[in-house]
Amino acid sequence: MNVTDSSRSETTATVSGHEVVAEHLNAYYGAFHAVLDVTVTFPANEVTAIIGPSGCGKSTLVRCINRMHEEVPGARAEGSITLDGHDIYDPAIDVTTVRRVIGMVFQKPNPFPTMSIFDNVAAGLRLAGAKRGRDLHDRVEQALVAVGLWDEVKDRLGRPGIGLSGGQQQRLCIARTVAVEPEVILMDEPCSALDPVGTLRIEELIDELKSRYTIVIVTHNMQQAARVANSTVFMLDGELVEHGPTAEIFTQPKDERTERYVTGKFG
Amino acid sequence: MATAPPEANVLLRKTAGTRRRRAVSRAVDVVCTVAALAAVAVLLLVIASVAVKGAPALSLRLLTENPKVSPFGGNTGGIANSIVGSVILVVIASVIAVPMGVMVAIYTTEFAPPKVATGIRFALDILTGIPTIVIGVFIFSVLVVGAHQSGWAGAIALAIVELPVVARSDQEVLALVPRALHEAGVALGLKRWRIVLRVILPTAAGGLITGAVLGVARVAGETAPLIFTTSVFSNLGLTTNPSAALPNIPVTILSLSESPSPKDHAQAWAAALVLIVFVLLLSVTARAVHERSRAKLRG
Amino acid sequence: MTTSTPTPEVSGRDRNPFLARTKLADKLGERGLRICTFLAALLAVALVVWIVCKLVHSAWPAIDRFGLAFVVHRVWDPVTGQFGALPFLYGTALSSLLALLVATPVAIAIAIYLTELAPSFLRKPVAMLVELLAAIPSVILGLWGILVLGPFLGNHLEPFLKSFLGWLPLFSGTPSPYGMLNASIILTIMVLPIITSVTREVFQTTPVADKEGALALGATRWEMIKLVVLPQARPGLVGAVMLGLGRAIGEAIAVTQVIGNAAQIKASLFASGGTAAAQIASDFPSANPGVWQASLIYLAVILLVFSALANIAARLIVRHGTVR
Repeated sequence: MNVTDSSRSETTATVSGHEVVAEHLNAYYGAFHAVLDVTVTFPANEVTAIIGPSGCGKSTLVRCINRMHEEVPGARAEGSITLDGHDIYDPAIDVTTVRRVIGMVFQKPNPFPTMSIFDNVAAGLRLAGAKRGRDLHDRVEQALVAVGLWDEVKDRLGRPGIGLSGGQQQRLCIARTVAVEPEVILMDEPCSALDPVGTLRIEELIDELKSRYTIVIVTHNMQQAARVANSTVFMLDGELVEHGPTAEIFTQPKDERTERYVTGKFG
Repeated sequence: MATAPPEANVLLRKTAGTRRRRAVSRAVDVVCTVAALAAVAVLLLVIASVAVKGAPALSLRLLTENPKVSPFGGNTGGIANSIVGSVILVVIASVIAVPMGVMVAIYTTEFAPPKVATGIRFALDILTGIPTIVIGVFIFSVLVVGAHQSGWAGAIALAIVELPVVARSDQEVLALVPRALHEAGVALGLKRWRIVLRVILPTAAGGLITGAVLGVARVAGETAPLIFTTSVFSNLGLTTNPSAALPNIPVTILSLSESPSPKDHAQAWAAALVLIVFVLLLSVTARAVHERSRAKLRG
Repeated sequence: MTTSTPTPEVSGRDRNPFLARTKLADKLGERGLRICTFLAALLAVALVVWIVCKLVHSAWPAIDRFGLAFVVHRVWDPVTGQFGALPFLYGTALSSLLALLVATPVAIAIAIYLTELAPSFLRKPVAMLVELLAAIPSVILGLWGILVLGPFLGNHLEPFLKSFLGWLPLFSGTPSPYGMLNASIILTIMVLPIITSVTREVFQTTPVADKEGALALGATRWEMIKLVVLPQARPGLVGAVMLGLGRAIGEAIAVTQVIGNAAQIKASLFASGGTAAAQIASDFPSANPGVWQASLIYLAVILLVFSALANIAARLIVRHGTVR
């Protein structure tokens, strides 16, 4: 996949990477127009951050990508979103498959409260096809290793997931997401409910994960975007204002509104 | 933007049983919708039965005349005395239960220490759970044994059923009144009793009235508290003195329903129509006003 | 300038009769309100105690004569003075259990419909319609049971069941408009709204974040309900069923109208039977004071105990389960 656009200057997509493209995306909550004609490419195996003030539509945009937006009564989306060129709104595909392939981590860690650590990670696997015994156990272990949680919980896999600390719970949720082997991971302000130590560990994890997944992270923390993201999208009032390599967005923004935001003049 | 070949489309690749899972979820949707429809259908079926069978027998005469026993048995008159009797019973019961319910609610929300308030709520819950037939037996043992049936006994039995309904609703309503109103009253230098009577109760008035309406709707159709306390009538005419057993709609329906005569059945349906219209209207009104006053208090 | 008019000071206020009367009114009002409301609350609590004591006292001749064996004795014969509660306890248990067995899954389904499936404009109306089922006076439901459901059962449903499933003891016997089946159906209609409304409230407390977590993982709606909504609703559901149970065992009027009021234990659902509550309703008017009446009151005591237990259990389970 060689799409040339100015936002992808450093990394070259690996053939096995997966790219998400949104074209002329418009999203509504009833009559409220939340996302206005957004066209953007999220390059494969890169981390793209979406920044902007509250209510600018960044969460809505991301929720359109895994089709969670349509779960809100009265909400709808128009336009196209494709994964490796395949339209995710194609009526021939099942929305549950889209969500398995494009995973999501939420702002507040939400492990299933009545389930153990093991069952939390296994939940998605069991949904996709009952696996038993050794195979399931191996995949759960792999996922927990991938998020760096295995050593901490390997002796208490049967304990409730909500018994972990905030940062651990969030890593548990990430493990739950990667266990089903998605291609893209969406993160909606994943660190805003965590303390600095937890935040740091998640950011390190994101850096490791991007070699295997395409990651889109919504964040209101500009320093975080600077730390983890290859490229950054700035949104304002539902519109995509600017999209470029992170360094450029923060040091030499092309749009005046971007400059005002990143220098803290508003938002 | 070139589109990749469909065989490579991971999204189209169905994992084991995607189609089955979707079918199961849709089947559940259907089952749940059918269940809801069935419940509504049963309600409409019962109401329709009462309406269809009761309307033909319903007449002004039925509502305004007292029973007249014909030489062949059966009632060629009406059920006016039962209607009047029911009204009297419900009014007496409410005069007892509603103020008492308000006072219990005030006590638990204003004065009672938390543990005591919990205890009172517990007692009210038990009271709500006592089968109405047991309450009928209780009042029988206390008021009818050694004396005779009376409207007072029936009304008191109804009041016992009505009290926890009113009290619980009022507790909810009073708890919703914002604390800020209390504080405003205190800031004005009012003593607590004045605050309660002049500020809290008027604010909650709508909700308290709903509580009363809920209580009335609950007891208007009750039969069990009445069958041992006010079910044997000495004369067929209009009785308004509560010291005697008062004829009433629920007991009348009960005895008519157990009779073999179709004429009696027709009258039973007519009486049922009157009762069900009354009770359902009250219930719907109470619920609608309840929602509105709660929303008002909260927002 | 000379100051002449004395400003009202503390001492002056004490001597002001108007203010003094106001203070007295305040004291009386405060104490009065406290006392009145306290008495009302006391009376409510005392009522519960009084009911228990009075009933046990009135039932004493029977409790003394039969003791706990009352619960297992099979014969209920006023003529020979033998009174055993077993047929009625059996009838209560059977009819209530059947009612709960049918009503609970239906209630869960309706609650799922109301919380997950129904379009928003339909939610409140449909919920209210289901709750109205509970508002139908039981004597009217019983009337309907005698004159509408009964003939349908006796002439259509029961012969149908007998022809297909007559080899089962449950559906053997002669079809009849009255009997255990009729009573169980009526009870099902009565407990359904209670279980539905409590279950619906419990379902509504499911955190949206948990539901989204399941959906984002690729769950279908039913899978999301199984993963997230139902597990956290378990204690509340048990409480709902307990409340329904309490209602079912206490229902006297509608049951006595349709169950046939026979003091017997039969395997067939078509046969007449009796429940404790229904028996009290049917026998009491003709029972002369003595062992007969006391036995009926003994039945009432048993009813009281079990419905109180069901209520208490409901409260405890709900409170224990939802405290996080």
